[in-house]
Amino acid sequence: MASAAETSSKTSAFPIGRETPRSLAVAAAVLVAFLIAAPYVLYPVFLMKALCFALFACAFNLLLGYVGLLSFGHALYFGWAGYVAAYAAKSWGLSPELAILTGTATAAGLGIIAGVVAIRRQGIYFAMITLALAQMMYLVALRVKFTGGEDGIQAVPRGRLFGLVDLNNEMNMYVFVLIVVLAALFLIYRIIDSPFGEVLRAIRENELRTISLGYNTDRYKLTAFILSATLAGLAGATKALVFQLASLTDVHWTMSGEVVLMTLVGGLGTVFGPIVGAFLIVAMENYLAPFGQWVLVIQGAIFVVCVLVFRRGIVGELAHRLKVRL
Amino acid sequence: MFEIFGIPSQALFGQLLLGLINGSFYALLSLGLAVIFGMLNIINFTHGAQYMMGAFAAYMLLQYFGLNYWVALVVVPIVIGFVGILIERLLLKRIQNLDHLYGLILTFGLALILEGLFRNYYGSSGQPYQMPDELRGGRNLGFMFLPNYRAWVIAFSLVVCFGTWFAIERTRLGSYLRAATENPTLVRAFGINVPRMVTLTYGFGVGLAALAGVMAAPIYNVSPQMGSDIIIVVFAVVVIGGMGSIMGAILTGFTLGIVEGLTKVFFPEASNTVIFAIMILVLLVRPAGLFGRGA
Repeated sequence: MASAAETSSKTSAFPIGRETPRSLAVAAAVLVAFLIAAPYVLYPVFLMKALCFALFACAFNLLLGYVGLLSFGHALYFGWAGYVAAYAAKSWGLSPELAILTGTATAAGLGIIAGVVAIRRQGIYFAMITLALAQMMYLVALRVKFTGGEDGIQAVPRGRLFGLVDLNNEMNMYVFVLIVVLAALFLIYRIIDSPFGEVLRAIRENELRTISLGYNTDRYKLTAFILSATLAGLAGATKALVFQLASLTDVHWTMSGEVVLMTLVGGLGTVFGPIVGAFLIVAMENYLAPFGQWVLVIQGAIFVVCVLVFRRGIVGELAHRLKVRL
Repeated sequence: MFEIFGIPSQALFGQLLLGLINGSFYALLSLGLAVIFGMLNIINFTHGAQYMMGAFAAYMLLQYFGLNYWVALVVVPIVIGFVGILIERLLLKRIQNLDHLYGLILTFGLALILEGLFRNYYGSSGQPYQMPDELRGGRNLGFMFLPNYRAWVIAFSLVVCFGTWFAIERTRLGSYLRAATENPTLVRAFGINVPRMVTLTYGFGVGLAALAGVMAAPIYNVSPQMGSDIIIVVFAVVVIGGMGSIMGAILTGFTLGIVEGLTKVFFPEASNTVIFAIMILVLLVRPAGLFGRGA
C-alpha cells in the first residue's frame, strides 16, 4: 500500500534483525506490565476479549502490514476455529488445550485452501476473493448442523488445562489466555523480524523486483497467508473458550471488517498498533453497546476518518513523531 | 403440465425466472462496479448501500409524498446519483493517488455508515413496497405462469444494460471514457475534462445501483441489509467475469443468476453458495476471469 510503504520506509531506516530496537523492548515491557496489573482493575473477561482480538488483529496485520495483502475475510478463520474448538470441547470432551489446537489446525487447513485460491489474483481482486470465500463459509455455517445455526454452540465447558488447572476460575483463565496470546505475539514478531519477514516486506514494496531477485513470491505469500490464518484461528479458538460460545457473529463479514478497523486505527505495519487498536475498539463497543446500530455508524465514520486523514494510525503516528520503531 | 428430469415444468421455469431476476440485478450492479472501477480504480463497496438507498428512496417517495413507482424510477437514480457525485467530490477525490485498497476501505466505511443509519430508523426487518397497479397480475404461457412485474424487470434491465453497453462502446462520449480509462493524462492533454468525467462516471454507476434498487423494491422487502447481502455475491460475479469488459459483466451477471436458479431446483442446499463455488473453479482454471484481461 502506497502510504503503508511510506511509513515503513521510514521505520525500516532502523536496523531490523540483529538486535531488537530499544523502543520495541520498552513498549513490550510496558505492555506486559499493564497486562499483569490490569485484571486487578479491569474486568478479566473484557481483558481476555481484548487480548483475543489483539492477537486476531496482529495476525491480520502480518498479511496487510507486511505483505500488503488486504484479506477481507479473516472472520473465516477466526470464526471457524471457534466453532471447531467449541465443538471439540463440548461434544468430544477434549481438554481445553487440545480443543484450541484442533480449532487452530482447522483454521490452518482453511487457510491453505483459501490461500491457494486467493493468491492467484492481486490487489483489489484478492480482497474481493477473500471476502467471497468467507461469505461462502458463513452461509455454510448457517446451514450445517454442528454449528447450531442461529443459536451457535453454547455452554462450552472450559475444562481443566492439562487436567490440572481449573479454567472456570476467572484468574486462571486470564493467565492462560495471557500466556497464549503473548507467546503468539512474540512468534509474530519473530516472523516479521526474520529473513523471511524481510522477503515479505520486499514483496510489499515491489513484487516484480522480488521475483527478479529469484524469490518464488507466490510461495512466500501463501506461507504468510497460512500463518496469518492459523494465528487468527488460535485467537478465535481461545475466544470461544473464554466466552464458552461460538456463534455466527464471529464468521460474519462485519467481523472481517472489524479486524481491518482495529489494525487501521492502531497503525498498519507497526508491531504494537493492532494491539492498541484492538483494545480501543473492544472498549468502544463495550461502552456503545446500549446505543445499538449507532456502533455501525461510528465504526464506519472511524474508517472514513482514518483513511482520509489518519492513515498512520495511533501507534504509527506516535512512532513517526518520536522517530522510533514501535 | 409436463416434467423435465422429474421436475414439474412449473417449478423449473419458476426458478429459472427467479434466477433471471436475480441475474438482472447482478448484471446491473456488476456493470456499475465495472464502469466505476474502470475510471476511478476503486472497488465501490458502497454499491450495495447505494442499491439499498435506491429501494428506500422509492419507498419514501411513495410513503411520504405519494409519488408512485414510475416517478421513482426516474427521480431516484438521479437523486442518489447526485449523492454519489457529492461522495466522489468530497471523499473519493482526496484519495485518488493512494493505493486502491484505501478506496475499498473508505467505501466500506461509508457502507457501514449508511446501513447503520437506515437500521436506526427502520430496524432490520423489511418494509413492503406495493407493486405498481399497471404491472399486477400475469399471464399463463401454457408451460408456466409469468407475473407481469417480473417480465418487466427482466426486459427493462436488459434495455438498461445494453443501453449502457451501447453508450460506452459505440458513442463518442463512450470513446472518451474508454480512452480516459487507458490513459487519463493523454486524454487531458486533448482538452477533455477528465476529473469531471470521473465524477460523472461515479454518479452514473451509483445511479445504476439506485435504479436496480427501485426495481428490486416490489420483489424483495425493502430492508437496510439488502445491500450488504447482495454486494458480496456481486463481488464474486465480478471476480468470475473480470472487470475488463462491459458485455462480460452483463453476460456473467445474467448467466450466474440462471445457474443459481437451476441449482435451487436440482440441489437446493447449495443454491446460495454455488456462485462462490464457481468463483473458486474459475480462479483455479482461468485466474484472470472469463472476460478479464490479466490481473
